Amino acid sequence: MELLKQGKKVLLGNEAIAIGALEAGVDVVTTYPGTPSSEIADTFSGIAVDMKKNGIEPPFYFQYSVNEKVAVEFAAACSVSGLRSLTCMKHVGINVASDAIMTYAYVGCKGGHVIVSADDPNCHSSQNEQDNRIFARFACMPMFEPSNPQEAKDMTIEAFKISEKLSLPVILRTTTRISHMRGVVECKNFKMEKRHGIFDKDSMMVTVPEIARKLHPLLIKKMEEAEKIADESIFNVIEYHGGNYGIITGGASYNYVREAVDDLDIKCKILKIGMSNPLPRKKIIDFLRECEKVLVVEELEPFMEEQIKAIAKENEIKVEIYGKGFSSLKRYYEYNPDIVYKALCDFYGIPYEEEDIKAGVISRPPVLCPGCPHRATYYAVKQVAPKDAIYPTDIGCYTLGILPPYKTADFLLCMGSSVGSACGFSKATGQKVIAFIGDSTFYHAGLPALINAIHHKHNFILIILDNFTTAMTGHQPHPGNERNGMGGDAIRVDIEKIVRGMGVRNVEVVNPKNIEETKMAIKRALERDELSVIISRSPCILIEKRKEEKYAIDEKKCKKCKICITKFACPAFYFEGKNIKINEEICTACGVCVQVCPFGAIGRK
Amino acid sequence: MSVWSDREKMKRSVVICGVGGQGIITTANIIAKSALKDGYDVVMSELHGMAQRGGNVECVVRIGNVFSPILKKFSADAILSFEPLEALRNLEKVKKDGVVLTDINSIVPPLTSLGVEKYPQLEEIFKKISSHCRLIKIDANRIANSVGSILTKNIVMLGSFYALNIFPLKEESIVETMKESFSKKYIEKNLEAFRKGKEEANKFL
Repeated sequence: MELLKQGKKVLLGNEAIAIGALEAGVDVVTTYPGTPSSEIADTFSGIAVDMKKNGIEPPFYFQYSVNEKVAVEFAAACSVSGLRSLTCMKHVGINVASDAIMTYAYVGCKGGHVIVSADDPNCHSSQNEQDNRIFARFACMPMFEPSNPQEAKDMTIEAFKISEKLSLPVILRTTTRISHMRGVVECKNFKMEKRHGIFDKDSMMVTVPEIARKLHPLLIKKMEEAEKIADESIFNVIEYHGGNYGIITGGASYNYVREAVDDLDIKCKILKIGMSNPLPRKKIIDFLRECEKVLVVEELEPFMEEQIKAIAKENEIKVEIYGKGFSSLKRYYEYNPDIVYKALCDFYGIPYEEEDIKAGVISRPPVLCPGCPHRATYYAVKQVAPKDAIYPTDIGCYTLGILPPYKTADFLLCMGSSVGSACGFSKATGQKVIAFIGDSTFYHAGLPALINAIHHKHNFILIILDNFTTAMTGHQPHPGNERNGMGGDAIRVDIEKIVRGMGVRNVEVVNPKNIEETKMAIKRALERDELSVIISRSPCILIEKRKEEKYAIDEKKCKKCKICITKFACPAFYFEGKNIKINEEICTACGVCVQVCPFGAIGRK
Repeated sequence: MSVWSDREKMKRSVVICGVGGQGIITTANIIAKSALKDGYDVVMSELHGMAQRGGNVECVVRIGNVFSPILKKFSADAILSFEPLEALRNLEKVKKDGVVLTDINSIVPPLTSLGVEKYPQLEEIFKKISSHCRLIKIDANRIANSVGSILTKNIVMLGSFYALNIFPLKEESIVETMKESFSKKYIEKNLEAFRKGKEEANKFL
């Protein structure tokens, strides 16, 4: 496998983290997939499957866990048994895992444990852009923030060392621009033997109040140690480009600062913070003393800025410190080279001219794929549901139901929120409530909410969109599959059996590609005055074997009613003059449109 | 720890853009890996996730004394676009003395069929681009089909981009990287696509 070769390679930030963990001798890797973190775990999955195919036992155990909380709990047990563990998730995954993480810091680890939080400033593929650096401070965990793939690898290795030194899990925080950046990385070899852990019992790991009270001061002490490590860390470095103006930055922002400094040819000192929790207090004091004024360039929250201002005040250092609110530096969205360039111009009093090309280009938003079973489900629902029906939705490709013509997405908070909020909407209003949740999301966070709905007799329809995979993040397996992330056998946890076993009385399984069958099932559910679950089951079109047949429109039969475009909206349809055509290159021959056309004008070619 | 300034100036950047599924990331990867073979430092950006198919995709490849994977406005040496509208969308990334190399076959976004928005006239797109910088148009679909597979379109574009010599890459490095990237079954067609793309761009030099 190319990834495992030594030497210089162009790697994705996420791949570099995986390779770093391998070089650090990682024993256990857990995750729940989520953009922009997914490729870290997918790298381990790929390596494990590949090694097994070649008859090699992988030197690590890897798991796509049911959710992020379980992923952390699993890895925590491995770590306190002496194994090195890596747990990866997207920023909002940390919210799910936080119940475990907050107390895990008290207990501490034994084998190094690195928890990756891949943040998504600008919400490229997320429901919010929370700054998880605050979680590191909140939980009292040391944190690293790489600026490029080489650092991502090096910091992962360093994070394992520090985690073991302090017996404390360490957070590696990336952002989309680092996780999905490619760069040159020097790769070395790694251990191939598999280790087993040993758990030595210690009542200090049972966090009853008496013990938790003993553990908290110990944790604070560990963080004082961590501050000394930060002060000496090679990842907190001062670059001298002359002059008395200082810039403090890190992560993705460093790259933009560094290029702006080059482009503008300005004199400055840059304090690049790579280990950002706890901050290197002594280094910052010395740096501030050397500077006339300082600009803090960090995305999202004024995480460093507020601490740096407090450090300056405590030490009575006379230095002007600027950050959020200065020039183009805002507390929302990601930074980019233009934003940082403008801020540096203003900081140095260099005139800045904004230029724009008013291209006025129409948008090209992502859409459900041609042949996607979700489209068929949404089409059927819209055919029979009352106009004022409320559609709580969830996290997955099917959130694209927000787009016209479906508009089957009315409310979304987080993983599993479709079911919990459906309980509330059904109680709060007299409107029909039809909630959508994907299979992987159902396992992840839908189950407790459905128990709530059953127990309290809430009245709504839950449609579980079962496409046999975690599609949006790249088709990772989930508990509904018979294969696990290492390519081994797994037990399929059947959604229908779960739902029936929980006590839902009205359960139907439909094939959404049969529109009539699906419509009838929804109709029956709408007529009932109690909870119904419909499992709409059809594989994601991207994992289904592509059919060879082609479909076409019979122009003599076509009456130009445009239902195929205005109601069904498969991207394979297009106008050629006044005629509607099917784009054969993208048509997947799912055949659903044949049922949609009222004039029988669509058929196999 | 401290580091003293060492400023080298050489850098080159290209934006590679188009519609999801056109082989944009593959093309960017071939350029990046070839550049590493030739001894350059490389950074590259790509976005994954929500845009599965049908959304606009853009990749940036940069070589030399580079740090940021994304670009400042008007700083790219070239745009390599697999679809005309996407060239226009990214126009403000390219320098005024830069080049836009684009394919001429439009892909109409699905929402346009709903009548929400209208795809502009190709002539308008090309006029806007030409008023900003140099424009080179090629029919990569035709060339790819002449090779025998529309799937080689990205390599036709790569061949044309190579011929423009905006990135000082060695042809051997690109060919070697392509051989590492494609299975034996597809390599011959791709090499032919590369050659034909190169010839097409040579007409404009």
